[in-house]
Amino acid sequence: MARKLPHKDVVVIGLGWTGSILSYELCEAGLDVVAIERGPWRDTPLDFQPYTAPDELRYRIRHELFLRPAQVSVTFRNNASQEALPVRNWGAFMLGNGAGGAGLHWNAETWRFLPSDFVLRSHLTQRYGANFLPQDMTIQDWGIKWDEIEPHYDRFEYLCGTSGTAGNVKGAVQDGGNPFEGPRSRPYPTPAQKQPFSHTLFAKAAREMGYKPFPQPSGNLSQAYTNPLGVTLAPCTFCGFCEWFGCANYSKASPQTTILPALVRKKNFEARTECEVVRINLDSSGKRATGVTYVDTSGEELEQPADLVLLCAFQLFNVQLLLLSGIGKPYDPTSGQGQIGRNFTHQTVSGGIGFFDKDKFNFNPFIASGAIGMCIDEFNGDNFDHGPLGFVGGGYLGQVQTNGRPIETTPLPPGTPAWGPQWKQALRDNYLSTVFCGAGVHASFYSYRDNYLDLDPTYKDRFGRPLVRITMDFHENELKMSAWLTDKFGEILQHMGAKQVVKQPRKGPYDVTKYQTSHLCGGAIMGDNPSNSAINKYLQSWDVPNLFVQGATAFPQNAGYNPTGTVGALAYSSAAAIRSQYLKNPGPLVHA
Amino acid sequence: MPDRVHAGRAALLAVLLLAPPGAVADNQDFSQIERGRYLTIAGDCNACHTLPGSGKLLAGGRPVETPFGNLLAPNITPDLETGIGAWSDDEFVNALTKGTGRAGTRLYPAMPYTYMTKTTREDALAIRAYLKTVPAVRNPVRSNQLPFPFNIRLGLAAWDQLFFTPGTFHPDSRKSAEWNRGAYLAEGLMHCGLCHTPKNFAGGDTGRRLQGYVLQGWFAPDITSDRRRGIGGWSVEDIATYLKTGHNRVQAASGPMAEMVMDSSSKMSDADLRAIAVYLKDQPGGSDQASASQPDQALMKTGASIFVDECAACHRQNASGVPGMFPTLAGSPAVQSTDPSSLLRVILRGARSAATDAAPTAPGMPAFGWLLSDQEVAAVATYVRNAWGNAAPPVSSDDVAKARSALSRRSD
Repeated sequence: MARKLPHKDVVVIGLGWTGSILSYELCEAGLDVVAIERGPWRDTPLDFQPYTAPDELRYRIRHELFLRPAQVSVTFRNNASQEALPVRNWGAFMLGNGAGGAGLHWNAETWRFLPSDFVLRSHLTQRYGANFLPQDMTIQDWGIKWDEIEPHYDRFEYLCGTSGTAGNVKGAVQDGGNPFEGPRSRPYPTPAQKQPFSHTLFAKAAREMGYKPFPQPSGNLSQAYTNPLGVTLAPCTFCGFCEWFGCANYSKASPQTTILPALVRKKNFEARTECEVVRINLDSSGKRATGVTYVDTSGEELEQPADLVLLCAFQLFNVQLLLLSGIGKPYDPTSGQGQIGRNFTHQTVSGGIGFFDKDKFNFNPFIASGAIGMCIDEFNGDNFDHGPLGFVGGGYLGQVQTNGRPIETTPLPPGTPAWGPQWKQALRDNYLSTVFCGAGVHASFYSYRDNYLDLDPTYKDRFGRPLVRITMDFHENELKMSAWLTDKFGEILQHMGAKQVVKQPRKGPYDVTKYQTSHLCGGAIMGDNPSNSAINKYLQSWDVPNLFVQGATAFPQNAGYNPTGTVGALAYSSAAAIRSQYLKNPGPLVHA
Repeated sequence: MPDRVHAGRAALLAVLLLAPPGAVADNQDFSQIERGRYLTIAGDCNACHTLPGSGKLLAGGRPVETPFGNLLAPNITPDLETGIGAWSDDEFVNALTKGTGRAGTRLYPAMPYTYMTKTTREDALAIRAYLKTVPAVRNPVRSNQLPFPFNIRLGLAAWDQLFFTPGTFHPDSRKSAEWNRGAYLAEGLMHCGLCHTPKNFAGGDTGRRLQGYVLQGWFAPDITSDRRRGIGGWSVEDIATYLKTGHNRVQAASGPMAEMVMDSSSKMSDADLRAIAVYLKDQPGGSDQASASQPDQALMKTGASIFVDECAACHRQNASGVPGMFPTLAGSPAVQSTDPSSLLRVILRGARSAATDAAPTAPGMPAFGWLLSDQEVAAVATYVRNAWGNAAPPVSSDDVAKARSALSRRSD
């Protein structure tokens, strides 16, 4: 029997980006907020120092910052005919843990989606006709329009201090920015980061080929910046230890560097770390959340009652908690009925390696940041005519090489032996003169009827709760897109002057052991009515109106961009709706 | 709120039973209590009289370090037996401004009555009015923990004769009202000199006012207008911003100063902080001459390499730092102080800067004591004290070894 704790106005599950944003916003509204976080507290000066943070073995290879699979894992299979097995070492994606969540270890690529991404099905149907889409593709509109979300993108960027070059300010296209972006209300808060040699060379080649290259919007800052909360970030030093790492220089936007220092000063905020929420509690009607039950490190089960429950965990665990708590109807891929677990997506990432003449090119690849890069957006979303191509979707192409870290930066031409003196010589010859860009083609992953999440029938966690089960594979549409985009990318590498280009298009089947990105999306998607979605456009549960489900869980499908900008924008949009509408009149904010 | 009710009763009893009729304070005088609260913050009474982490405001018990041993700050809540609830207002004012204990004993000058003496009776009574309203806490504290012979209070009368000039602040008519307000606070209630003025053999202030002094393992820097060792290079705005936020364009408060900023100056009015800044800008420094000795060039070269590897990521290659975040080392008084204690301390042990409402980030300097040898610390310290136009005596490995050993005995 759980020990019942004193009531709070708001309980927040998970203290990553969305949990931090929502906690701050609701503390500002005067509410008593408690955040319950599964992992430890993490703080820049105590946990990340310039002399220990850049440790590839500790953080990248040994996954120091990530959730330990022994605590909680997931199971995986490609399709329903297989038996899913538990993931015992993270591969295709990384699961953040502790204060800051995935916002601590991200690369800080801070993109906005295209206006057409939010109305994807209507847009594509209108342009190409309903029969152009694959039969089993279940993409849909988000239920939110560009004008509604733009102010919240702006808030997130001004929280982070995002460094970039605007491409479209209030409809006026700007030189040097992304001409395809939706109209923004104002420029980025800080100018774009400086670009190293290979990134500059990519932009030059792209420009010569008629494209319009622009700097990738970066949460690693070009200059010091104090955000509206009064928290200050310092300029990036281009150390190249961003993704998988905490930033010791206060240069990468994260909850630690933008919100938590201001949040912990609030007397109406409390964080309980190393406490794992096991379920969201409902009243007897099943339509109202009464709070959460969690377990602390002593093993004691505690019940935290609250008026408002904000589910802010990572995408997979948001879906798992909904399923375990009996909220909404679990998705059934056979009938297509039910919303929880539906439209689960990832990202379609591919790339290429360009080997250059070592006597003419020295790229110094270790001068980098996680969100450095020069990109083109000509082949993202529906910025190009898909009619003759036979697929939908797209992505940005870019020289976005984020590091030259010694263990993994091993660009070797095909045919190099896997070990020995020849391996060493080939590495010596190529390390400095190779464009070695893991995610140079960063493309969409649309939703399908048979890619979904549910509860595993066999494998359970230490509390006896079923693990969440991933059923997912690449579909023909994505593989075709990846091959086509990777060819385009290869052309640019060639034009840069590479003596050899090795293209690496994404191939099926989906491999859970090989890292791609941690951009898992969907499973409790947003939409304009309960028959096509789990939550409304304010991320409010259709079934339990005092529950808001934050994060990429809401994405009906994934676009060709990194998702965090959109996750942050949706969080601010949700917070604004809670503050301006819900608190005055608690209940459903959308009547469908 | 049982504690507050208790405090109210205690205060009432004190008034009814003990105070002479003429001195009965109006304990509903809201503006007097508010003023007293502000002055209690300005005087940072909390710094010594509240044991950190105890949750017992002003109930005493915090060890106050002196060169002669530790004293425990007494309980100044209105508790009748263990606090000052039974004291008359006059007894309180005498303690604050004359260093007289209740039974006529002398207080140790760790209680800065040598500064507080400048406080007007009106302000002292306001502080008293506020202190009557805080929750009464029963917490007996035996203040005197000094070893023999310093535990004998007899000598204190003689000490006062030598080093204590009692008397309320007299405004200087040649200076502005703002200057005088700043002087009243800085020389009096805020007792800046307690840490920042060098002391003589007996712990009394020397004539080198505000030119820096070592205590609690830190060098409280020169805060005169000396342009190299002091804050002569700071504008009035720089000083006020530093006191308000703990940071300014060149420096970040850490150690006991960070504590002072967080508990006291960050909560003071902008007008008062500006007044203090105006006053400090007008305080003459000592000799403004750079170090005559030329540091060893090999040592400087080693120091430069260490600086690039370990320091430049935050402090930048040219030592400009990052405003509001990482201190500027070029031209820094903290780096060029004659006594390198603070510099060695932050290198060896690291430090965390002040977190305030206006500047909540509170960046930290990591400890390098585990990473750098005594020779390496000496090299990098000598380098930063003598690069970019800086000039200060070199630091030797012996200095570092001594600092390391002294720090190893400190828990703070």
